This record gives sequence, C-alpha cells and structure tokens, in this order.
Amino acid sequence: MMDGTPTKGFDDVETSEQKIRNFNINFGPQHPAAHGVLRLVLELDGEIVERVDPHIGLLHRGTEKLMESRTYLQNLPYFDRLDYVGTMNQEHAWVLAIEKLTKVEVPRRAQLIRVLYCEIGRILNHLLNVTTQAMDVGALTPPLWGFEEREKLMIFYERACGARLHAAYFRPGGVHQDLPSKLIDDIAAWATTDFPKFLEDMNELVTENRIFKQRNVDIGIVTEQDCLDHGYSGVMVRGSGLAWDLRRAQPYECYDEFEFQIPVGKNGDCYDRYLVRMAEMEQSRRIILQACEKLKDPANMGDVLARGKLTPPPRAEMKTSMEALIHHFKLYTEGFHVPEGEVYACVEAPKGEFGVYLVADGTNRPYRAKIRAPGYLHLQSMDYLCKGHQLADVSAILGSIDIVFGEVDR
Amino acid sequence: MLDEALTPAMQELGAYLEAKRSDCVVDWNVTLGELTVDVTLANLVGFADFLKTDETCRFSTLVDITAVDYPGRAKRFDVVYHFLSMYRNHRIRLKTAVREEDMVPSLTGVYPAADWFEREVFDMYGLLFSGHPDLRRILTDYGFRGHPLRKDFPTTGYTEVRYDEEAKRVVYEPVKLVQEYRQFDFMSPWEGADYVLPGDEKEGESQ
Repeated sequence: MMDGTPTKGFDDVETSEQKIRNFNINFGPQHPAAHGVLRLVLELDGEIVERVDPHIGLLHRGTEKLMESRTYLQNLPYFDRLDYVGTMNQEHAWVLAIEKLTKVEVPRRAQLIRVLYCEIGRILNHLLNVTTQAMDVGALTPPLWGFEEREKLMIFYERACGARLHAAYFRPGGVHQDLPSKLIDDIAAWATTDFPKFLEDMNELVTENRIFKQRNVDIGIVTEQDCLDHGYSGVMVRGSGLAWDLRRAQPYECYDEFEFQIPVGKNGDCYDRYLVRMAEMEQSRRIILQACEKLKDPANMGDVLARGKLTPPPRAEMKTSMEALIHHFKLYTEGFHVPEGEVYACVEAPKGEFGVYLVADGTNRPYRAKIRAPGYLHLQSMDYLCKGHQLADVSAILGSIDIVFGEVDR
Repeated sequence: MLDEALTPAMQELGAYLEAKRSDCVVDWNVTLGELTVDVTLANLVGFADFLKTDETCRFSTLVDITAVDYPGRAKRFDVVYHFLSMYRNHRIRLKTAVREEDMVPSLTGVYPAADWFEREVFDMYGLLFSGHPDLRRILTDYGFRGHPLRKDFPTTGYTEVRYDEEAKRVVYEPVKLVQEYRQFDFMSPWEGADYVLPGDEKEGESQ
C-alpha cells in the first residue's frame, strides 16, 4: 500500500490505475508564469503539491565577484541589473552604503529627487507585479493596461537620466543631474490626474473580479510567525498585518518628512498582498506629489551633488581650473577611495528589504559586497507556501511573492 | 546624521550581551551606529537562539548570512550574520572567524531562513555547515567546480560554454582569453607603489 502497510500478497488485485506513485514535474525554466528563469521541480500527489524544489541560479552573473574588481562608481550600474523592474531603489542601497562609510552629507535637493524616483520605482514594480499576477491566474487585459502606465513612468526615467530601465542615475553624494522643471510639472500632473484614474480603473477591473478572487483568496496564507521564521520583508510582512516598513521604522534619506500611510493586510493570503500593493501605489502617489511640491519650493533649489572627492567638479570649472580637470580625470579612472570599514545599508525596495553589506579596505574597490535581495528569502519558502496547495495555485503564489530573477540569482 | 543617534542604544545592547553571555562574546564594538559582535564558533547556535528568545533582544528575523575571504589569515574566512528585530527595531551583526576546514554549525534549526544562505556560502566559499538538511550548490551551474567568491578564484572562471553546432549541444571548454584580463593598478607611483620594471628583475640577484 502507499502508506507502507503490508499488502498480504494482494498486489495483483490492484489495477494499474490503483498503483499510484507521486508524480514529478518540471515547472519552467521556460514557463510564462515562472517570471523569468525559475525551474521548480514539483512533486505532485494527483493535483496536490507535496514538495517544491526551486532550482535557481540560471540567471547567475556573478555580480558580487565582478564588483570586487571594479571601482565603486563602476559598480553602480550593476544594481540596475538586479531587480530590473524598480531599478533606482537598488542603486539607492548602494549609494547609501558608500555615503555611510565616507560620511558624506547629501544635498537636500538630491534627497528629494531620490525619494521621488524611488517612489516612481515602487509604482513601476507594483504595476508590473499586480498586473502579471492577474495574468498568472488567467486575465490578459490588466498587463496591457499596466504596461501602458509603466511606459509613462519609464519616460519620466528617460527624461531624468536618459535610460528607460537601467537608469544609473544615483551617485554617491547625490544624483547625476538636476531635473528640468517641466519634468517635475509633468510628474505632478500625472500623479494628480492620470494615475488616480488608472488606479480606479484597475480596481474596477481586478479587485472584485470573481475569478481573480477565487484564485487568490485564502491561497498561500502567511502568518506572523511565518514572516519571522522565513525572514520575510516588504509586502509579504505587511500583507500579514505587521506594519513594518523601513521608510517608517528606520527612516533613511528624508522619508521622515513625508506623510504617508502603511497599508497592512488582515489574512496574509495572495489576495491581501494584492490589496496591499494597490494601496501602496496610492501612498506612493501621495509621496510623489509631496516630493514634487518640495522640489518646486525655492528653498530646496541648489546643487544635486555633494561637491568633494566623491563627485565630479562642475563642467564650467573644468574649463578654467587645472585642479578640477585632474580631479575629474582621477575620479573616472582611479575612482574615489572609501575608508576601511564595514557597513550594512538597506532600503525598503518595492519587494522588501534590499540591503548591501559592504566591506571596504581603503582602496578604490570594494573588498566584498554582499547583496541581500528580498526575493531570495521569499522564493526560498516556496516549498513551505505551496505544500498542500493545488498545482494551479503554484503560479498564483509565485505571482504574489513578487519574484524577479535578476535579484534572486545576482 | 541618524547613525550617530543610534550609537548609545547599540552600546547598551552590546554591554548587555557581554554581561549575559560572556562565554560567547569575544569582542564587540559599535561603528557607524551598527553593533558588531564577535562570537566563538562553538557557541554560535546557542547565542543565536539567545538573541531570538531573549526579551531585550528579540532578534526575530534573520536578514543575511555571508562570508568574507581573507586569504592571508590562518582563520581564513569570516562568516557574517545579520539579524533584525521588528519588535525592538534594532539590528545586530555577528562575526565568527573560521578555518577553511572548519565545520560551521548550521542555524537552520533556529532560523529556517538560514537554509539558502548557508547553501550559498557553501557554494561560493566551500564552507561546510554541520546539521544543514540539504547542503547542495545553489547559484552556480550543475556540476560546477570550485568556489567563485574565494579570492584565489579568477574572475573569468575556468570554463566557458558555447553551443556546438556539430554535437548539437552546449559544450564546456577551458576559458581562452583573446587578451589578458584587464586588472588596472591604480596605485600612484608617487605613493609607494613597488614596481619592478621589465629587465630590472635581475638587479637584486647580482648584488
């Protein structure tokens, strides 16, 4: 028998259909709901998932090894390529780590721009996640709508830094360039008129959708204890009712000046995580509006880079000053040196706590940089979350824990 | 800045830990508002369990496990743990130095989240964790050899892959570099860099 009890020689009576054994299937690496290159080895008992073994690393590029042989500034663009959905949030963790070690004070205007673009990044990420989660459970329209809205945001990215995805906009000591005032107006206009309308439409389309609810409510329930055991962060924690947000709990940059709420879920299921993301987009919209308001305030005009050893001299100065020219040359060849020490800097990235553990040895290159990606821990618990669920729920759970392989595999 | 504001509270916590668990804590310090505690390898699990359960600490979440390679040291690796308390809103970093052949006790019993982190450290550094349920490679290729994040592992690796049209499959070959891997030395020649110019190697021998 299946449970191992002696069968007393009646095996021959069982038909071939009765001789059941668990069924192993491969989910991915090329599956539209695998969100990239995930390979899940599923052990199924009928339709019920008994065991999940995620095989990751198919997108492993050795970022941490590469970073050890490049200067601090050259390493910055690698962070865009981690979670390539909300890119500036990762850069933020890297520049915070460097600024913490070098004790550089970032100019106020740069801080505001960082907050503005981190929140745009959050919306970019949540738009992708919410809509593709709907796609994972069978709806095709939401991603089409969502991508149209993401397009507008990527144009805001492009207008600030010239790149739509891999921004490389943040710099240790500030941001690369100031924003044109027209851009700030456009972002504010988008946040006042376009986006609320879009959120409303999205709500109507998905939130009360019968099929969407049937596939998500009571699926993949996460309790408070699970959050702690599995090291969850971000929406995974807030969906289960813990009001934990690094922007509020351990404020970095100038988040403590902004007014926003932290939405929390009640049941900790896939549906609550969806609702939290929807609510967070609304809160991000509020932060964006406040940031635009502050950026237009004459009191907050000024430089966007802390002038000093970490940052290049202004272009005009380089035309006249020899020292400035040498500084510029040295900065972009040798790079700046970071004093010896170790530091852990983290930000509330859209997916959770994104951290960088940086060990500096006083040279122009990091001795060791460890990237702590929230998705790594979330994906780790797939086995725990999926056990006992139906096969079809695997894609719903995977969608709701918000995995991007760039950051999981690094 | 905020880092300095945290220092007194962190110092208090460090003193508390040293008083409570003097058998585990080798050394502790607070830099940039971050508490770092050096612990002995043998007491690691006990100390982690203490951190998790003690009311003052309540380090409920394991944030990260990683290692740092110092090839010059006898105890070559530092294994670094980061913890976070969502209840007390503070962080801590544990460090323990290990030899290459040492077994590190696994934290999976105390923090289930340690599972993949320890697999990653094993994969990248070749450190073995005793008591880990499933210590396989995680990020590198199936059948990969070596431990990439060790300092003596070349950034280019040892093998490269390509699709072979004749064999109709992906083949593994030793890395062939068309030019030398570019590692620039930025040390200023005025600041004590010790260069041996071509032809000058024999100068010392003749004397």
